[in-house]
Amino acid sequence: MLKAVILIGGPQKGTRFRPLSLDTPKPLFPIAGLPLIQHHIAACAKLIECKEILIIGSYTTTHMAQFVSDMQKEYHVIIRYLQEFTPLGTGGGLYHFRDQVRAGSPTAFFLLNGDVCADFPLKELWGFHEERPSALVTIMGTEATRQQSVYYGCMVREATTKAVTHYVEKPNTYVSTLINCGVYVCSLQVFHTMAEAFQRKQDGFYSANGQNGAHPGYMSWEQDVLSPLAGTNKLYAMQVSNWWSQVKTAGSAIYANRHYLELNKTKLEAPCQIYPDVYLHPSAVVDSTAVIGPNVSIGAGVTVKAGVRIKESIILNNATINEHALVMYSVVGQEACVGEWSRVEGTPSDPDPNKPFAKMDNQPLFNTDGRLNPSITILGAGVIVPAETILLNSIVLPHKHLTRSFKHEIIL
Amino acid sequence: MCGSDKKLGEIRALILVGGYGTRLRPLTLSRPKPLVEFANKPILLHQIEALVEAGVTQVILAVSYRADDMEKELTEQVSKLGVSLTFSHETEPLGTAGPLALAKDLLNTSTEPFFVLNSDVICDFPFKELAKYHKSHGKEGTIVVTKVEEPSKYGVVVYKDDGQIESFVEKPQEFISNKINAGMYVLNPSVLSRIDLRPMSIEKEVFPFMAQDGQLYAMELQGFWMDVGQPKDFLTGMCLYLNSLRQKNSDKLHDGAGVVGNVLIDPTATIGNGCRIGPNVTIGPNVIIEDGACIKRSTILRGACVRQHAWLDGCIVGWRSVVGRWVRMENCTVLGEDVIVKDELYINGGQVLPHKSIALSVPEPQIIM
Repeated sequence: MLKAVILIGGPQKGTRFRPLSLDTPKPLFPIAGLPLIQHHIAACAKLIECKEILIIGSYTTTHMAQFVSDMQKEYHVIIRYLQEFTPLGTGGGLYHFRDQVRAGSPTAFFLLNGDVCADFPLKELWGFHEERPSALVTIMGTEATRQQSVYYGCMVREATTKAVTHYVEKPNTYVSTLINCGVYVCSLQVFHTMAEAFQRKQDGFYSANGQNGAHPGYMSWEQDVLSPLAGTNKLYAMQVSNWWSQVKTAGSAIYANRHYLELNKTKLEAPCQIYPDVYLHPSAVVDSTAVIGPNVSIGAGVTVKAGVRIKESIILNNATINEHALVMYSVVGQEACVGEWSRVEGTPSDPDPNKPFAKMDNQPLFNTDGRLNPSITILGAGVIVPAETILLNSIVLPHKHLTRSFKHEIIL
Repeated sequence: MCGSDKKLGEIRALILVGGYGTRLRPLTLSRPKPLVEFANKPILLHQIEALVEAGVTQVILAVSYRADDMEKELTEQVSKLGVSLTFSHETEPLGTAGPLALAKDLLNTSTEPFFVLNSDVICDFPFKELAKYHKSHGKEGTIVVTKVEEPSKYGVVVYKDDGQIESFVEKPQEFISNKINAGMYVLNPSVLSRIDLRPMSIEKEVFPFMAQDGQLYAMELQGFWMDVGQPKDFLTGMCLYLNSLRQKNSDKLHDGAGVVGNVLIDPTATIGNGCRIGPNVTIGPNVIIEDGACIKRSTILRGACVRQHAWLDGCIVGWRSVVGRWVRMENCTVLGEDVIVKDELYINGGQVLPHKSIALSVPEPQIIM
């Protein structure tokens, strides 16, 4: 029997995903028509040995309850949400709920970061892990460019055994092009290692009289577990070349949207001209003269009127796009409204197509001149864009009613 | 014979066409400026028709560039009006007064005063009133003046209550008056003795002396006026002209579904369904506007095509150009002849040279060669 644990953080995390995360928890943000972590759940549920999925985070249960119950119905796997009583870091939550994980004596469990998107190769990962009886943790790794590798966890492996001999999280200088994808297979014995780390932290906390800030239960999976395990022949990494990306910003949501749409091609009864790939919720109403795609996801209850053009965008539930408007490289928030003949346009921040293994750049919001970096245009929930205006490379916070055009601005 | 329609003798007119029309590029890269269609008719023809209505029988065009093109095109059209057209070809630029000296022989054929006008001017042409007023004061010259909002951009005219001009001030730094030279005059042939055959400025080297001698009068123009020598003013002038058509209750203006405000559409143009045209739009012959397009404050020249769902505000679309589907163009974008703008682009203040194909958006004002 196998289990899976998905780590999703909380409202204090994922701030780069604002303003989209102001209305919806990032793990529930729909990409290619499905909430972000539903893609994780679907991948786990594909393995028949996987009997239970635990989601650990610090969002309140109310935020997650509906989602969890929907997932149970859809996938027929036990799914539970475990709320951390306080943010405990990438390792603390897992350790805190170790009994839940160990219950039923699974042979091993998958551990997945909630903010990555991938063509998850869980079966292969599990096979790789099983072949190595001494492995406590197997990490899914992928190749990055030299320059970009320093933004991730970097690993050096022994050539034949694939054991990780060195692990460092976000080094200052180049270490290795093999990076940690945030997807793991773990044996239950890993909790012993975590217990030792926990003990060390407790001692440190009490000897400093609680003055060193973080809660004693706070633990970093990367610093406190992976790093010490490197070089002990208990940590292994499997390199894959499947598509993989982090989702930190709205720009990466558009990029992930494109790839998930390609992976999960759905048969569409096209109501209008469609350039694949497109996800269209069955309850969306689309005029026959609209032209949609490529790489568009349209959520429930959305209305797309005559002569509209949408490409490379995500349209969230119940939004309305009025006649002749054009939406590209944008996220249109729930119940937002785009006026007739308006133009809502963003700029993609895709990985450099000329560099092999290039990843998304995750640029800061502003450049060194203090100007807004061109990026995906975002309309928060309930935003109204009047007719005949242009919104270029701008971010509009929820419920704002615009009265004129904007370019390269954040509109509060 | 009714007196109100009295012909004023063998009246001649000289139109200063001048040179390259560089301020109206890229349009003037394909056609000489006087032939660029303003409200679906070459500017020059607006002027010549008004002159003919005032009894002019001979029009002299003072040109320095592309005289042959203009001769070919104009001679036929103008002959239908029953007026003779003569070209006075400057081999070197002679300024605003020199051309009169060049055409001296033609102008001296009669003792009647003659009209002079700047080819960039559009207004409710007052040639009949001008001639009458000129005869009434009996001096050597009369200048039409008009009120503008920003007089410091032009030459300001200072004159007494009875109309006698006292002085001219070019581009004054401090406010003196809001009346400027509107680019239309009527002059007695005796003025020709004040002009030599060399580059001369009429505003600087002729009028001031006439004013000193008390020989120059001003007549205020009623109604709209515009110098349409550059795209921004071309569009403003178009709005004023269409408004004046509306006030004269012209049936030339278009009405109907999807038409807003003052709109002029050539009968050979086709407009699709669900469009919104206007206010202040002129659409030329054989133009195709496809379904769902929205056009405001723009001129679409002959043979152009605006494709589905495009949105235009304050643009000039050159002859035979194609504006792609869902394109947004604004802020005085000018497309030269035969320009293609691909689907879904955004052009903000672009000046696009002829025969160019645009495949990338132009989000900030730029010249595209």
